[in-house]
Amino acid sequence: MSAVVAVFQRELRIALRRRAEWAQPLVFYGIVALLFPLGIAPESPALKVFAPTIIWVGALLAALLGVERLFRGDLDDGSLEQMLIADVPLALLIAAKLAAQWLLTAAPLVIASPLLGLGLGLDAGPVMVLFWSLLLGTPTLIFTGGFAAALTVGAPRAGMMLPILVLPLMTPAVIFGGGAVRAAVSGLPPDAPLYFLGALLALSLTLLPMAAAGALRNALG
Amino acid sequence: MSRLEVHQLVVSRGDRVVLDGLSFAVSAGEVLHILGRNGAGKTSLLEVLCGLRRADSGRIDPQPEGRALHWIGHKNALNPALSATENLAFWAALNGATLADPRAALAAVGLHKGQLTRPAAQLSTGQKRRAALARLVAAPRPWWFLDEPLAGLDIEGLALFAELLGRHAAGGGAVLVTSHQPLPGVVPGLRHLDLDRAA
Repeated sequence: MSAVVAVFQRELRIALRRRAEWAQPLVFYGIVALLFPLGIAPESPALKVFAPTIIWVGALLAALLGVERLFRGDLDDGSLEQMLIADVPLALLIAAKLAAQWLLTAAPLVIASPLLGLGLGLDAGPVMVLFWSLLLGTPTLIFTGGFAAALTVGAPRAGMMLPILVLPLMTPAVIFGGGAVRAAVSGLPPDAPLYFLGALLALSLTLLPMAAAGALRNALG
Repeated sequence: MSRLEVHQLVVSRGDRVVLDGLSFAVSAGEVLHILGRNGAGKTSLLEVLCGLRRADSGRIDPQPEGRALHWIGHKNALNPALSATENLAFWAALNGATLADPRAALAAVGLHKGQLTRPAAQLSTGQKRRAALARLVAAPRPWWFLDEPLAGLDIEGLALFAELLGRHAAGGGAVLVTSHQPLPGVVPGLRHLDLDRAA
């Protein structure tokens, strides 16, 4: 367990030294959320309809921005080799890295989402659904991105391959996340899409670190 | 594990066979200096022994476990944003070692004061190598697999390395080390494995 905590703390420490890198997705997310109302016209009723999709697509793109670098640095400096032969399952170490990545790049989006939702014209009820959907869905985005980053870590032009690979895998989270908020806006119960998000989260947390570990072993071996 | 035996090892890189039926054995207390021209398979051999790369065929008996070995490859495993002290403390924690003072291990490889706290990106090549070698001191393990550990070391660094190597072998540890130059100092239990001849 101490190894997992050590990886988590290391990621946070590195992020503190490289603030610009992890702040980039947050700034990007803020820009997307602020520019849409300006483009559509703030008082337009269409804004309320598009709000869930705007926020969810913004979260997806912000998640994509951060994941490409997830394993690249460790590969380049030789840390990945050491993690591979460490006396701790590689999947656990990867899960710790991804958890730190979520805390740094996605948790602030989740916290800011009620404000963004209100700013985009959502009522209090749908705003709370938006918050819960992002809380359940963003870890799935980060863990899926981490898996794709592991698959492409040794590949040339990984930056181009990664979005193509990852977008179909992330789409279900966006569909169910946006669907839950749209249901709330329409006065329908959002439970079913939220349950699906929960199921995706459970699958992502348990399976993707192991799949990423396999991909990294292949990349090095 | 007191003895490592390798039988008829075949290792390929891409479609090129780099090791073809290699057999040898190493016992505790020995230092095996692996020699060979560029591309002879020295790095591949160590990577296979450490479990980083799969062999095509052959047998390693027993396969060294992570908790029993130190691997120092061409890369130093130093995150450039973290200091040598932070990097060392991290690897010790990852490997379950209790490290009261990482600075003591870094001092043993000749790193002091500002070299301990500045980001690893600002260290020289030799200082980075020393910081990597500090892992050997920080968490004692019986089997060392060292790939070109002398690269970048100055005369003082070579002497410190010779001391580390001698102390480890005399204490019953085993070392498999690749290097194009002779190992510095008087190394107890030294043997040579020339991959050009073995092939």
